[in-house]
Amino acid sequence: MPECLTEGQRESNTQVISPTPDADDQYFWDGVAAGKLLLQRCSGCQILRQPPSPMCPHCNSLEWDTQEASGRAKVYSWVASQHPTADDLTSRIVVLLDLEEGVRFVSNLVEIDLARVRFGLDVELVFIDYQNQTLPQFRPAPGSR
Amino acid sequence: MPSSPDSLRDKAAIVGIGQTEFSKDSGRSELQLAAEASIAAIRDAGLTPADIDGMATFTLDTSDELLLMRTLGIQEVNFWSRAPFGGAGANTTVMQAAAAVASGAAKHVLIWRAFNERSGRRFGQPQDPGTTIGWNWYLPFGLDTPAKIYSLTFQRYMDAYGLSNEDFGLYPVIARKHAATNPNAWYHASPITLEDHQNSRWIVEPILRKLDCCQESDGGVAMIITTPERAEDLPHKPVLLRAIVDSQLMVSAGTWNALEQGQQARLDVVRMKALRPFFPAFRCPLPT
Repeated sequence: MPECLTEGQRESNTQVISPTPDADDQYFWDGVAAGKLLLQRCSGCQILRQPPSPMCPHCNSLEWDTQEASGRAKVYSWVASQHPTADDLTSRIVVLLDLEEGVRFVSNLVEIDLARVRFGLDVELVFIDYQNQTLPQFRPAPGSR
Repeated sequence: MPSSPDSLRDKAAIVGIGQTEFSKDSGRSELQLAAEASIAAIRDAGLTPADIDGMATFTLDTSDELLLMRTLGIQEVNFWSRAPFGGAGANTTVMQAAAAVASGAAKHVLIWRAFNERSGRRFGQPQDPGTTIGWNWYLPFGLDTPAKIYSLTFQRYMDAYGLSNEDFGLYPVIARKHAATNPNAWYHASPITLEDHQNSRWIVEPILRKLDCCQESDGGVAMIITTPERAEDLPHKPVLLRAIVDSQLMVSAGTWNALEQGQQARLDVVRMKALRPFFPAFRCPLPT
């Protein structure tokens, strides 16, 4: 089992791949830089969508704004991320989350041992500044630690 | 209403196949591999490059239709197309070629795939940043290989059906049993046991081991599709397409269910499976 580094070690050691935003998701990464997890919301039918897209798949409206996520989520699935052939500088737990707002989101789980990850685990949002990029990450919610 | 899997029933036939050897380092260009496999298929069909007027391949590859035309000496092409999603589009190339000959858009369609997928770009290695739209939701979080991406699904699948990685091992054992009988297979005469599978190293613990993942190989394959009527004048007994459906994202359970329900579809359906990256995806429903 890969050992998971503490948050402090991650910040100082880890480079992550930076996103390459375009017109459809620039708002999301601007939000991350401002410490907010922004979800795209259709102005026509108010349905949230993630990942971002230029048109609402429910009513085909091109108008949208954003809603800030509460940061509360449950673990839908997870994997221990390891490089297939080389040693990792750091290991990461990748999670697929059900956000409280009803959309799925891929992120990482921190401050937890891999063996303790469970389906449905309550987690909360935390922003971590990696060497080159701030990312929205998640850790066990207070009642789940 | 979706088209039925047998809407192209008996309207197209495979009349020639060709391939290069499969290796870990072909030592030649991907264009050469494409040309070698293609000319083998064209000759197998009893045709010449001048007979080919349609071409179909995969969007992910480096192949170039014009370069291959020029290399083979194909004079004029009336139809070309590409299938998305790499190996998941394998059915699609055959379906597009079948639709082309059945409609009269082309007479003889060359389908090919060729690449140095081990000595060149390895699909199983972490993806380069920013190459494809949509990766912003994967790559920054370390979800950078197909094995990891699909394992998020398998993790749920294993839980829902009470399966372990050892259960997954039954598939590669059978696949390797059959490969062992094929002189052209890299693993000819090299079957594995479930114990071998369980002793192979983890790729994504505790979900996929090395022997759950497909090989990365260099090589090329090709086939020729035409109508059953034209096939009568060609040397080989044609393989008629009884049923075929596209599949999105993976060669899915839905594909096979559709084919199996497509009446007596099983025997003549051609299964052009150049890539079968991770077998569980092949059978497991994708949670939505």
